[in-house]
Amino acid sequence: MKKSKIILNGIITENPTFRLVLGMCPTLAVTTAAINGVGMGLATAFVLICSNLVISLLKDYIPSQVRIPSFIVVAATFVTITGMLMEAYVPTLFNSLGIFIPLIVVNCIILGRAESFASKSTPMDAVADGLGMGLGFTISLTLLGIIRAVLGSGTIFGARLMPQAFNPAVIMILPPGAFITLGLLLGLLNKLTAKAR
Amino acid sequence: MEYAGKLFLILLSTILVNNYVLSRFLGVCPFLGVSKKVSTSIGMGAAVIFVMALASLFTYVIQYAILGPLGLQYLQTIAFILVIAALVQFVEMVIRKTSPTLYQALGVYLPLITTNCAVLGVAIINIQEEYDLLQTLFNGIGAAIGFTLALVLMAGVRERLELADIPESLKGFPIALITAGLMSVAFLGFQGLIK
Repeated sequence: MKKSKIILNGIITENPTFRLVLGMCPTLAVTTAAINGVGMGLATAFVLICSNLVISLLKDYIPSQVRIPSFIVVAATFVTITGMLMEAYVPTLFNSLGIFIPLIVVNCIILGRAESFASKSTPMDAVADGLGMGLGFTISLTLLGIIRAVLGSGTIFGARLMPQAFNPAVIMILPPGAFITLGLLLGLLNKLTAKAR
Repeated sequence: MEYAGKLFLILLSTILVNNYVLSRFLGVCPFLGVSKKVSTSIGMGAAVIFVMALASLFTYVIQYAILGPLGLQYLQTIAFILVIAALVQFVEMVIRKTSPTLYQALGVYLPLITTNCAVLGVAIINIQEEYDLLQTLFNGIGAAIGFTLALVLMAGVRERLELADIPESLKGFPIALITAGLMSVAFLGFQGLIK
């Protein structure tokens, strides 16, 4: 398969958030601001690329009975590395993402791609898939973050977007806003793809 | 007495005020995935209560008896997820041997719990909040009851939604998410219960 096709597949055709509806917890929790969405997305992408690569390299050596625990250990290793790097270089982002950094390890995207793609593909294909899925996740998280931040606090990446007279709808950055925004966004995408067909 | 009050507060806070699913976003995947029928959601909830209480205890012991003294705190994520995965397997085997009826009720849900982020989440939060052993146990049980409550309520609503006239493009996940949002608004009302 062509690499570009695999990457595009992750970003559009099988977008993890909007198409596969995987990894809901970080998607909903960290998207109170666009920058958090970008950070979370890139952290997950990094873990996904590395774990996909390692798993596809090791696929012939892992007995199928213990493959799930093995995948989890590989993912957990890279999550620990990511956490340490972020704590050292971007401490503010690390603090605002908080518990959701260690929780990348139980993100269904990681295990899902390991099981359904990386354990059956060549290393380069697995990396391309990790990149595509990671970018797809980052883009959807950023989009969600932008919508919620604009409506909930009138800012975009920290810069004021809405005029002073705009009264921010605080509910958008509270938990209910996350559920409702994503629900409406999914509905809108369904509507658009149904029309395109 | 003051200590008992604190325990009660932890329980109340995890079940209603800081509900793990609806206000902390932990365990959203199974919340959306297994909430189509009330009966299955009760089974899943029971399995989660069981595993979460055990996982809270075990990770507490691992953290303070092994990782802490050896200065290996940075291995927390790897150690905890392995413990939870092993625990889930072990619980599954024990239940299968000792109580076939319980196994039939919980069996299919047990493997799903390993990737339920609420379990790992509660273990990490226990350590972050520096709870002692009993508080850890109460936090674990409270979180799991809160999860079950949200799951069962959601399943009840979704059973009704099956028969409702919903716009074509909102069917399935979109309407489930919007419902969860409205439930989350309702749970915001508990915010004033504790300070």
